[in-house]
Amino acid sequence: MTSSAQPPGAHLPEHPDFLWDDPEPKSSYDVVVVGGGGHGLATAYYLAKVHDITNVAVLEKGWLAGGNMARNTTIIRSNYLWDESSGIYEHSLKLWEGLEEDLGYPILFDQRGVLNLAHSLQDVRDSVRRVNANRLNGIDAEWVDPDGVKEICPIVNTSPDVRYPVLGATYQPRAGIAKHDYVAWGYARAAHAMGVDLIQSCEVTGLETSQGRITAVETSRGRIAAGKVALCAAGHSSVLAKMVGLSLPLASHPLQALVSELLEPVHPTVVMSNAVHVYVSQAHKGELVMGAGIDSYNGYGQRGSFHIIEQQMSAALELFPVFARAHLLRTWAGIVDVSPDASPIVGLTPVGGLYLNCGWGTGGFKATPGVGDCFAHTIAHDKPHPFNEPFTLERFTTGALVDEHGAAAVAH
Amino acid sequence: MQLIPCPWCGPREEAEFHYGGQAHVAYPGDPSALTDEEWARYVFFRENPSGPFAERWSHNAGCRRWFNAVRDTRTHDLLAVYRVGEPMPEVTA
Amino acid sequence: MTLRTPTGGSIDRNTLLHFTFNGRPYTGHPGDTLASALLAHGVHEIGSSVKLGRPRGIVAAGSEDPTSLVQVEAPFSEPMLPATTVELYDGLVARGLAGQGRLSAEPDPARYDAKHEHCDVLVVGAGPAGLMAALTAARSGARVVLVDEQNQAGGALLGVDEYLDDRPSAEWVADVVAELRSTPGVLVLERTTAFGMYQDGFVLALQKRTDHLGFAAPASVARQRVWRIRTKQTVLATGAHERPVAFTDNDRPGIMLASSARTFLHRYGVLPGSRAVVFTTNDSAYCAAIDLAESGVDIALIADARPETPARLATECAARGIEVRAGHVVVGTQGDGRVSGVRIAPLAGTSPDVTVACDTVLVSGGWNPVVSLFSQARGKLRYDAELGAFVPGEELPTVRVAGSATGELDLGACARQGRDAGAQAAAAAGFTPGGQVPLPVSDSRCTARSGLVLWRVPGDDDASFVDLQRDSTVADVLRATGAGLRSLEHVKRYTTIGTAHDQGKTSGMIAAGIVAEELGVELAEQRPTTFRPPFTSVSFAALAGRDRGELHDPVRVTSIHPWHVAHGALFEDVGQWKRPWYYPQEGEDLHTAVLRECKATRESVGMMDGSTLGKIDVQGRDAGKFLDMLYTNMMGTLKVGRIRYGVMCGVDGMVIDDGTVIRIGEERYLVTTTTGNAAKILDWMEEWLQTEWPHLDVHCTSVTEHWATIPLVGPRSRDVLAAVAPSLDVSNEAFEFMTWRDTEVAGVPARVCRISFSGELAYEINVTAWHGIAVWEALMAAGEQYGITPYGTETMHVLRAEKGYPIIGQETDATVTPQDLGMSWAVSKKKPDFIGKRSFARAENNRSDRKQLVGLLPVDPAVLLPEGSQIVETDRLPEPPVRMLGHVTSSYPSAALGRTFALALLRSGHERIGETLYVPVEDSLVPVTVTESVLYDKEGARRDG
Repeated sequence: MTSSAQPPGAHLPEHPDFLWDDPEPKSSYDVVVVGGGGHGLATAYYLAKVHDITNVAVLEKGWLAGGNMARNTTIIRSNYLWDESSGIYEHSLKLWEGLEEDLGYPILFDQRGVLNLAHSLQDVRDSVRRVNANRLNGIDAEWVDPDGVKEICPIVNTSPDVRYPVLGATYQPRAGIAKHDYVAWGYARAAHAMGVDLIQSCEVTGLETSQGRITAVETSRGRIAAGKVALCAAGHSSVLAKMVGLSLPLASHPLQALVSELLEPVHPTVVMSNAVHVYVSQAHKGELVMGAGIDSYNGYGQRGSFHIIEQQMSAALELFPVFARAHLLRTWAGIVDVSPDASPIVGLTPVGGLYLNCGWGTGGFKATPGVGDCFAHTIAHDKPHPFNEPFTLERFTTGALVDEHGAAAVAH
Repeated sequence: MQLIPCPWCGPREEAEFHYGGQAHVAYPGDPSALTDEEWARYVFFRENPSGPFAERWSHNAGCRRWFNAVRDTRTHDLLAVYRVGEPMPEVTA
Repeated sequence: MTLRTPTGGSIDRNTLLHFTFNGRPYTGHPGDTLASALLAHGVHEIGSSVKLGRPRGIVAAGSEDPTSLVQVEAPFSEPMLPATTVELYDGLVARGLAGQGRLSAEPDPARYDAKHEHCDVLVVGAGPAGLMAALTAARSGARVVLVDEQNQAGGALLGVDEYLDDRPSAEWVADVVAELRSTPGVLVLERTTAFGMYQDGFVLALQKRTDHLGFAAPASVARQRVWRIRTKQTVLATGAHERPVAFTDNDRPGIMLASSARTFLHRYGVLPGSRAVVFTTNDSAYCAAIDLAESGVDIALIADARPETPARLATECAARGIEVRAGHVVVGTQGDGRVSGVRIAPLAGTSPDVTVACDTVLVSGGWNPVVSLFSQARGKLRYDAELGAFVPGEELPTVRVAGSATGELDLGACARQGRDAGAQAAAAAGFTPGGQVPLPVSDSRCTARSGLVLWRVPGDDDASFVDLQRDSTVADVLRATGAGLRSLEHVKRYTTIGTAHDQGKTSGMIAAGIVAEELGVELAEQRPTTFRPPFTSVSFAALAGRDRGELHDPVRVTSIHPWHVAHGALFEDVGQWKRPWYYPQEGEDLHTAVLRECKATRESVGMMDGSTLGKIDVQGRDAGKFLDMLYTNMMGTLKVGRIRYGVMCGVDGMVIDDGTVIRIGEERYLVTTTTGNAAKILDWMEEWLQTEWPHLDVHCTSVTEHWATIPLVGPRSRDVLAAVAPSLDVSNEAFEFMTWRDTEVAGVPARVCRISFSGELAYEINVTAWHGIAVWEALMAAGEQYGITPYGTETMHVLRAEKGYPIIGQETDATVTPQDLGMSWAVSKKKPDFIGKRSFARAENNRSDRKQLVGLLPVDPAVLLPEGSQIVETDRLPEPPVRMLGHVTSSYPSAALGRTFALALLRSGHERIGETLYVPVEDSLVPVTVTESVLYDKEGARRDG
């Protein structure tokens, strides 16, 4: 056989020879986590690892990490505007920085930096405001001018002659991407190794309560008694909460993303633009991974409308003319649960022993380790972790919102 | 891209429409009489079912009229459209 | 060496095309693909694999080919195209890829566009089933669109030498296409791939219009076009792809699908090699063997995995001296680069293998119906155990499947299905069948039937490739199942099978089969992985279409815009508008220009183009009542002829917009909005009117574009206005602040409002947009003696900030209430309700430490605070996280104040007036004094001139 040089990074590290097995559900667990996505798996992992709670089941109606975890564009950053948000996202980023060792799994966490572009004078003001807030919160952040943008990412069109010229960008060097399946599988394998049961094809059909306390979950594989139940169901959170009569201020929307063929390295960082609604990185194997704004209507169909993709392409080519002849290979959609202030809801509920983690909208992936850790703490202590304390359901009554719309209109 | 049957114009492409969330959420008669919880419910909380959903649309790039629709959020299929003021029709999803 | 047959194929042998591949010159003919032209020269090795660097050849003849990926380098660089889909043209330069393509740094010169098409029946695929469907539907009078990815109709017929109705099938195809083309209302699109199927009959197809012309492509013609087809009924006649079998070292160049070799022969007149071994599990490969043998290829052997060979075909083979071995499979191959031999052994038993020399291996593992579009249309799939493939498993109301896409492999039956589907689709779309289309009669000697379902041959699993493009092997699949994975989606992700350029067209089914075998489950119980759009890859540029550059988003300009351009204005994007930002003179930067503009305006007179302000005409008996609900202050009590400033909140009590409201008549108001929110506020009004208060008699319409609006500002504005509006009494007594007059300005009808966003004496002159530029010029002329100065948005911002007036979106960010802005005076205490009022009573709204609008004066009057700076309490920064008290929203040098100043949202701001706080700027902390937000002319003495 002849052999030619392999493209750098064109293939990924192998997954281990053993991941997890496929147990029958037991009749009872101390904690049942509903939703085997990134957040559910991370929560189970930290319950076992930090709080020594291992009599835990993660129930997944489909296949593990097959929902938004399998469908997102894997951007990780912590440069949020408000103290509350930067607290939990920075906690998460710090965990990301040690996660590969922690899990003993190659998660391909790559701190290649994220540029958030500004296209109007108000974008510039908002960006500088966020950079200054980030710095005072101990988060690495820089404001870079168009030449700086060009230096960090030479393929961005910084010409003043485009429809919405790039006036600068915020840059978080520690931000980056990871490989979603590897992250989820790393958590799943480690949780499984500590005794957590990962139960797939197990749909929760009811939540049983007695005297204001959760007692069990009804599933497609039978009743499972539970001391505590933690919901990590993203787009399906409203449907589950409704089972105990709990309304949530959420709307589930399709969010689409797409990928190109494998290309030689051309895009060294992550670029996001709220104004023209696109975000793009080049993944480890060389494919361009892109996302756009959410589809406007509520939808659980895991499909969106194609004109959103077309608009996204138009925006992408404005910023990156070199992408003109890249090819769209695959499009897909997830279901994101969007809250009124674009911030999550993490904490206790009026039902004893029932815990809520939802409302992450389009930003859940980057929070995976952080919220997994904090949510496990909340469950273990029946009390919110300081980092998720601001993200109560009650804030919608008091008005103490954490409004990240301004800082992250496309909240990734 | 779906075709949305505007009750005034007939079927038009989805891109002509603006989405308005849950239908039949009336502005409270006397907001000052509501508790903070009740007011928050009006401002922030909407049904988010997986299945038939009565919701509002506006034919923004057409007749600019608002109307109501019942749409199955699992399939995104429109089951019925009806004008503002008309009762929600019976639908089978 | 040429492997071109002396005759045959739909190529133009009289014309020679020159091309370059991997740096070497070659020739071919019109009608060739890059792949067929290379094969004609004996070139099988195209590139190398992504992970292992093994050579990769040509496996299939069409778009399903997983391996022949090339980078086209000329006329323009394009990554990752299968050589089997690149039509040959003179001057083509291409190279084989090693897994990754390359994007050109040069701008793509091509044009792209999109076209909408509506039809009754869309037929996808112009093979025998699709042609019959299209013709049947067309004869009923239905509007028919027929799309096909190839450059000519015929589908599978292009790859065979069969006769239909006693003449070459190409003639039958040509007749059908000719009738279709001559039927009114029928559109036949070749080189057009339906790549996505969405709801309500929405199908997207990509047409490659000029790619095949190479350098001769006219620049004026869009290179590719996205057809947005809206159809009532669809017939999917998408055919079937032959699938391989995984065996040891099955990835060498020279190993290709049997039917593809047959296609290369009949369509392009190209032989795949000189000596071939055929490995099959079904009948169809016999036809390839026989045809190739008749064309001079030495068929060394047919290894048929089935225990019994088909009698008639075996006899035909014997007649041609072709040895057939039943129950035999290929267990390995050898070769340095291209295959040079195979090892054959019985599938069952332990007999030693024998080595057979060959330069080509033709493989057939059966057929996979192409069900991608059906699946995208949410059709359920069913596993067909006989076929070893997923087939359409249900009928859909508007989508029919015909031909081999259903799993039917007999040509006559496919044609019949097509005819039936075409008739049904036309009927469902409301058309009565026209003349019965006769079914073509085939002379085919080999009816393809399903054979043995065989996914893999036992051997070296590490060298038995399932996905040749991803270098994923049988061993990888076994490792995945061994790791505990049960779902095909998990296995796909573990192995990356099916994620490459071809999206698993040849590999997906094999992987599914092996997983089912390993897990001991029925494939019927497995859910196939989801088919996602697009069916084949589509360039980003094609999807962006014409929406590039200026057309990416419409540019809105005012009627006075040409004047601004002519006078050197720089522009600011505000929403879609281009607004003059400032008018630099020779040698001026932003700050010097703005200081000059401010000074001129405050000391004499300036003017700006305010036409972009949103203007909404609100009419009706209940207009006042309606506006009372929308604004926090009273509008119903406003007297005709007067003007009031108002604030609007969302239901959450946060400020969403502000502007002036002028009462034109008892039942008529003109509302102005901020430039960026104009459309949003009109939507907001209509939403409330139509969905909550339909009983109100109110009508709203946007009149933004109808008016040119010119604020004329400064102590000399009265003189200037008087000069151009002789009939208007401009005295303060006759024309009070916050009133308006209809008059003539510069000889044209005008509405003049006495409002001020700067604190200066000011008039806002409104004329119809037609007259905008004339009136602007008249004002410039009239003001010349006063040094009238045009100014832009930056000066406007400075002037208003000196007066503490907030800008929506700059001083507000959806978390700011009117009270926070110090505008409690604009919040009615009398009105029982207005939108947002109830939210003011929430706990959070009544905290004393809310952020409030204040002024900031840097202790050093020369220091300009950067906008967006944060504010802290102490003169030394503690370790992070540092408590932040607020941020600087606006900051400018001020000509009027003779120093810098800023506005800020500051926690407990109103209580902190007089305090010294600190603003971190780079590495220093700038001390600032907190002041009221109004910094200039607090007593309002300048308003009346």
